[in-house]
Amino acid sequence: MKIKSNIATSENGFIFNPATGDSFSGNTMAAALLLAMKSGKTEREIKQEILDRYDVKADQLNRDWEDWMIQLKEANLLELEG
Amino acid sequence: MANKYANLCIAVTGLNANDNPGPGMAVIRSLKESFGEDLRIIGLSYESLEPGIYLRNLVNKTYQVPYPTEGTAALLDRLTYIHQQENIDLVIPNFDSELFNFIKIAPQLQQMGIATFLPSHQQLSFRDKVHLKEFGEKNNFHVPADHKLFQAEDLRKATDDFNFPLMVKGKFYDAHIVYTMDQAIKAFHQLSVTWGVPVIAQQYIKGTEINIAALGDGKGGNASVVAMRKLYITEKGKAWAGVTIKDDKLIDLANQFAAATNWKGGYEMEIMSNDKGHLYILEINPRFPAWVYLTAAAGQNQPAALVKMALDDEVEPFEDYQAGKLFVRYSWDHIADITDFQQMSVFGEL
Repeated sequence: MKIKSNIATSENGFIFNPATGDSFSGNTMAAALLLAMKSGKTEREIKQEILDRYDVKADQLNRDWEDWMIQLKEANLLELEG
Repeated sequence: MANKYANLCIAVTGLNANDNPGPGMAVIRSLKESFGEDLRIIGLSYESLEPGIYLRNLVNKTYQVPYPTEGTAALLDRLTYIHQQENIDLVIPNFDSELFNFIKIAPQLQQMGIATFLPSHQQLSFRDKVHLKEFGEKNNFHVPADHKLFQAEDLRKATDDFNFPLMVKGKFYDAHIVYTMDQAIKAFHQLSVTWGVPVIAQQYIKGTEINIAALGDGKGGNASVVAMRKLYITEKGKAWAGVTIKDDKLIDLANQFAAATNWKGGYEMEIMSNDKGHLYILEINPRFPAWVYLTAAAGQNQPAALVKMALDDEVEPFEDYQAGKLFVRYSWDHIADITDFQQMSVFGEL
C-alpha cells in the first residue's frame, strides 16, 4: 500500500490532498507514519521500527495497522493497486 | 521593457461586491496586480450602492449604465458617451444578463476602438441553463436531468421524476434546494417573477462541489484552467472560502468543453463530483467567477490574459498552477460620504 505521491503532509500531522481539496489533521503518530510511508519504506520496515521503539506487541500492531489502512483508504489517500 | 498595458483604460461591470458578489472587483484586482497601479479602471454600475463605486483606490471613475432590459441602443449610447470622456481601450462585462447586449454591440465597440473578448450568441446559448442538458447529451457530458417550468403546475412532473430534494433555478441567477412541494412552488414564483420563465427544475446530485475558472481562446482551446474546491458555502450556495485543487479529470473536462464550443472568453464550470467520481456539470457561467482573483494567486492570472488576448497579443496557454492556494472572503464596512452617493444617484457618475 502506497500513499498517493501528490499528497502533501506536514510534520505536525496536517494532510492535504491537492486533487480533491480534502484536508485532515492527524496526531504525531499519524504524521510519523505518513512520513515513513512517503519516504518509500515498506510496511515491514515501518512496523519493525515501531516494535523497536514502542512497547507494543506484534499482534496489536498488526490490528492497528489494518485499522490505519482502512482510514487511509476511506480518506482516498492510497494509490489504487493494479 | 516598458509595460505596454500599464496605461490602458479598462471598463468593468459587476461592482456589486456584496454577499452574492459579482466578479468585477476580483477582475480589477487581478488586472492591477498584473499591469500596475497606473491602469485606469472605469466602473460600469447599474445601481448606486454597488460597493465598487466607492472603492476609489481600485475604481478611478464609475458611470451608471442602463439595465439590460433597456436594450442595445441605450447601452451603446451610454458607452459612446463614456468613451468620449474616458477613451476606453477595453470593456469586460461580468454579468450573465448583460452579455447578450454586449455581444451584439461588440462590432460597433470595435469600430470605436473598444476591444472585447466575448463568446458568440450561439456559444452563449449552448450552455444556457435551458439548453444545458441537451448540450451535455450531444457532447457526452454528465448533466443532471431537468424540467423546464413555465407554470407552477409543471412542478408535479418534475417531482414525480426526481423526488426531493430538488434544485429550482432561475433562468439567469439564483438556485434553491427544496425539500417539499410548498418550498418548490414558493421558489418557482420567486424565480419566475425575478428572472422570467422558464424556471428550471434540476435533479439534485449529492457530492463535492467544485468550480472551474477558465479562459477559452475562441479556437477550441483554453489559455487557462484553474479548479477550486468550495470549503465554505453561503446560504445562497456561493463559495465564501475555497482552495485550488489539481486533478487532470477537471482540466480535461474544461478542455472538452472548449473543444466542443470554441468558447471565447472567461467562463466558470460548476461541477458536482459524486461518490463514483463522475463529474456532473451543474452550470456553465459565461463569464469569470467572483473568485477569479484566486487564479492570479495560484499563478494563472486569467483577467490579465484576457486583456492581452483581446488586444490580439499572443498568449501562451498556462501549464501549471499552485494547488492548495486558499481564499477566504470577508466583509468590510467601507466608509463613504453621502455627497458621493448623491453624485452617483443624481448624475450617474462618480
